Amino acid sequence: MNRKRSARNAYIIMSVMAIVFIMPLLWVIFASFNPDAGVGLKLPSTWVIENYQAVLSESKNVRSFGIGLALSIGVATLEVIVCALASYPLSRYELRYKKSFMYTILFMSCLPMTALMIPAYKLFVQLHLMDNILGVVLFMAATQLPYNMWMMKNFMDQVAIELEEAAWVDGANKLKSLIHIVMPLMIPGLCTIGIHSFTSSWGNFFTPFILLTSTSNYPAAVRLYQFFGTHGVNYGHLAAYSVLYSIPSIVLYSMAQSFMSKGFIMQGANKG
Amino acid sequence: MKEVEKIMRNSSVGKRLPLVQGAGTLVYKTWMLWPAVVLLAIFFILPICMALYYSFTNLALSGAAAKNLEFIWFDNYAKMLKDKDMLKSIRATLVFLLGSVAGQTLLGFVFAYLMKGRNATFRRVTGSCILTGWVMPQVVAAICMYAFFYNKDSGTLNRIIGLLGAEPVAWLYDHALLSVTIANIWHGAAYSMMVFQAALDNVPADTTESAMLDGASPWQTLIHITIPQIKGTVFSNTMLITLKTIGVFELIFTMTGGGPAGKTQTLPVYMYLQAFKSFQLGYGSAISVVLLVLGIMLSVLYTRVYKE
Repeated sequence: MNRKRSARNAYIIMSVMAIVFIMPLLWVIFASFNPDAGVGLKLPSTWVIENYQAVLSESKNVRSFGIGLALSIGVATLEVIVCALASYPLSRYELRYKKSFMYTILFMSCLPMTALMIPAYKLFVQLHLMDNILGVVLFMAATQLPYNMWMMKNFMDQVAIELEEAAWVDGANKLKSLIHIVMPLMIPGLCTIGIHSFTSSWGNFFTPFILLTSTSNYPAAVRLYQFFGTHGVNYGHLAAYSVLYSIPSIVLYSMAQSFMSKGFIMQGANKG
Repeated sequence: MKEVEKIMRNSSVGKRLPLVQGAGTLVYKTWMLWPAVVLLAIFFILPICMALYYSFTNLALSGAAAKNLEFIWFDNYAKMLKDKDMLKSIRATLVFLLGSVAGQTLLGFVFAYLMKGRNATFRRVTGSCILTGWVMPQVVAAICMYAFFYNKDSGTLNRIIGLLGAEPVAWLYDHALLSVTIANIWHGAAYSMMVFQAALDNVPADTTESAMLDGASPWQTLIHITIPQIKGTVFSNTMLITLKTIGVFELIFTMTGGGPAGKTQTLPVYMYLQAFKSFQLGYGSAISVVLLVLGIMLSVLYTRVYKE
């Protein structure tokens, strides 16, 4: 009796909370299909795709998506390569300062990156990297590196070393055994790190906002902010842009979910 | 925690590797580490050192002080002590931090607790509703919350209030700090929910069931049986949220830009405004250092506890 009542309460509370949590998001979806969208939540009287068409017909917007994609793919690729390389000796060798190195990495992954933006600006001016997208890729990769390295090493530790020993006997060098033996066995881990790195870069607004100066170099995050800041903003267009900009994050998140669950299955297979 | 220790120990299996002898050994063994180390040195450690250095200078974005850099020792820090806006900023940061951490932890736990053992479809639907806000990029989250809290009677929240027959509230003016804190709780609660879901799934069901059979109320079971078993998770989750919340910039900057009248200027926003709107890079760097020191203290604490 008591249990039934508490179960019913749980269902009611959670349903209310779910509605409260989804409400701000409903606005962005409704408004994006509304020909005369306002700032409040309202069901469109007619559902149209004009807002999306308007957003996508402006070349500046399409360009910003392209730059955001290039930037995020660049960071994710660099991140996976650099982390996989770095994790190999950390995972496979006896190194004198390994433990303190790993704790330094863990420590660095906790620091607030926001605090680095002013010196990063100065650094970019001095290195003549201002407004250089490649420079932003390197900086973003470096700031994400500690967290991803920590993750990558733990993923690599799960791959049994016995599998490599045969290859060593055959005279394969370390790089070869990393590429041909270890990495294929940790594809879910590599994907998880790649996706995490991509979505962090895709969602990062502050870094490109400070380090890129010309409007034509702005990725989607900064373009959306600019869009929002314009006076007399068209809320329908703003919402459509927001939805388009959120799609990669949502899709990749659900992909990461499935990779993670596959990752756990793989662990079992490896151990057995 | 112990798991990771075990992983770390097990990973030191290099003993079994054929060791390469000679002077080149260290380079040979560690060359794969160098790309990462070089990236970190140039774009991570160097900026930290630069922040420290510039915080002792009068560096400006433009004008005379941009060319003639002067070393002014602790003047920036002395200025900070007298700066009323800095004091306000610290207060705003603390309110934002405590509110966000308490709100996210509490909501995350309540969600995970209430959803445990419920109908799978129900879990999936409510779970996705809460998760979507978390998956959204921060700028989008900020725009959504801006529309939600919008001041005049056209904002979503004010419409609901209107339906209930009350007067609309100017959320983003009169309760700006509260609004951005709620926005951050909304954006982050899903993370805590997932962490606590995993932790609660690891609490053996027989411990809670036997307590219930012995006549303990659900409330007593929660306090005396469940929570003690997930204490470690509560701590590490709180630390991680705190560290994440200190650095939040996009959400506040997009929603309010630090206004009105500096009410939502948390340290990152104040740092940005001082450096790039008031052109005081030196002073801005000093604020970065304060932010970093705060982060370092918390990180050290976290790493310490992680080790144990």
